[in-house]
Amino acid sequence: MTHVTLTINGEAHQAEVEPRLLLVHFIREVANLTGTHIGCDTTSCGACTVLINGTPAKSCTLLAVQVNGAEIQTVEGLEQNGQLHPIQQGFFEEHGLQCGFCTPGMMLVGKALLEQNPNPSEAEIRRAISGNLCRCTGYVNIVKAIDSAGKKMREPAATGAPTA
Amino acid sequence: MIPPPFQYYAPTSMSEALSLLQQHGAESKLMAGGQSLIPLMKLRLASPNHLIDLQKVPGLTTLEERDGALVIGAMVREATLEHSPLVRQRYPGIVEASEVVADPVVRNFATLGGNLAHADPANDHPAMMLALRAQMVAIGPRGQRRISVDDFLVDTFETSLAPDEVLVEIHVPQPAPHSGSAYVKFERKVGDYAVAAVAAQVTMNGDVCAQAGLALTNVGPRSLRAGAAQQFLIGKRLDDQTIREAARLAGDAAEPTSDLRGPAEYKRAVVRALTARALRKAAQRATGGAN
Ligand SMILES: Cc1cc2nc3c(=O)[nH]c(=O)nc-3n(C[C@H](O)[C@H](O)[C@H](O)COP(=O)(O)OP(=O)(O)OC[C@H]3O[C@@H](n4cnc5c(N)ncnc54)[C@H](O)[C@@H]3O)c2cc1C
Ligand code: FES
Ligand code: FES
Repeated sequence: MTHVTLTINGEAHQAEVEPRLLLVHFIREVANLTGTHIGCDTTSCGACTVLINGTPAKSCTLLAVQVNGAEIQTVEGLEQNGQLHPIQQGFFEEHGLQCGFCTPGMMLVGKALLEQNPNPSEAEIRRAISGNLCRCTGYVNIVKAIDSAGKKMREPAATGAPTA
Repeated sequence: MIPPPFQYYAPTSMSEALSLLQQHGAESKLMAGGQSLIPLMKLRLASPNHLIDLQKVPGLTTLEERDGALVIGAMVREATLEHSPLVRQRYPGIVEASEVVADPVVRNFATLGGNLAHADPANDHPAMMLALRAQMVAIGPRGQRRISVDDFLVDTFETSLAPDEVLVEIHVPQPAPHSGSAYVKFERKVGDYAVAAVAAQVTMNGDVCAQAGLALTNVGPRSLRAGAAQQFLIGKRLDDQTIREAARLAGDAAEPTSDLRGPAEYKRAVVRALTARALRKAAQRATGGAN
């Protein structure tokens, strides 16, 4: 057993775990945060995407010990003080989801993109989400949702939304 | 899917990593980004008893030009290569290979060293490194040694690294004036391995080709150098007829097998088409100046 401490959405979670415990299982079963989904379990679909120190990663293909000490962000950490994050508002307003299974991963990839590149082109958005599969929407509204979130994040005062 | 149990180590120095390797030998596996190894462990295709994570070993993330070479630390991530202004400007073939490895999220963790040490003939970097005539630098209990990429790539999932050696750096010769490189891959969808891909490097002397490197991805038991095609190009103008003949020779060098990605003869045709495209792109870069 190994001692692992992860800060998830600003809160420390510690546990004695087997080294073979995957990060996604730490998040879902140790920290009880089930917004991070398991789709393919083979690094293909991106439903399990979380941010590790701000960088998107597929949590079904990392060991919890491998990221010991890291800051993790999951979909549950997007909303702050009852206020939706602009990326969530974007998905809500642009109908960026149907069943919602891919949505946590899509939103986190979108957020990381906008933090690096506040005004991405459609091609850049499509490229950023190319490791995330959606079986419902056809992607058009996901692209619109990320674009619209970008606009909100560039004008934080206009919406009153937090920028990070 | 859950990997089989193992002991986990995160050594903080190279000497510690080497002594762990010596101690546990064939029972152990090094881990870089884990983006090939963890999927294999989940499928029980790999079940090391001892897993040695290299992420805390210092000195493996160099990315600079030094002594006539671009020196890339084994733990440099794909995303870093893709976005490096130096690599983008001077080594476009490496950027083009990085950009087609898996998808952008996987590339945030996958490393160049892992891609080469894994020695999957479907991996994209080995062919580019063959075309660029890279050298691998490995360290082991007997010290450091350099291995040409041709000698490094032995067979499917097999390199010439000894079980107690670690790949530390990849040295890519700096491009001579009027050189260009390119990597062209044909895949069924984003994130898939290549049906086939071709890496090309050319150096021009006036309007004739002075040096050429050509190599093929996923059409043989390992990434293949298209030697006869390279040789044919030397001393020639890269006109349509020459490129067509080089493409034919590259097709002959392929050793494809029929599988889900297509019949062997189709893959050979893909190699011919991609060779022509990669050569034109590399030649354009060579005559365009900078790279
Ligand atoms: C969905 C998916 C799609 C993919 N598609 C592609 C693709 O199209 N093209 C492509 O090229 N790759 C592809 N890959 C592979 C991916 O890029 C791998 O992550 C990469 O090849 C290995 O890098 P890594 O750092 O993750 O290595 P790891 O998985 O950590 O290691 C791979 C192997 O190399 C060994 N190793 C690692 N570092 C060293 C070292 N320094 N010294 C000695 N041995 C070492 C390990 O022991 C292991 O055997 C894909 C992966 C996934 C999950
Ligand atoms: S569940 Fe991790 S990529 Fe599909
Ligand atoms: S909304 Fe159903 S998978 Fe994307």
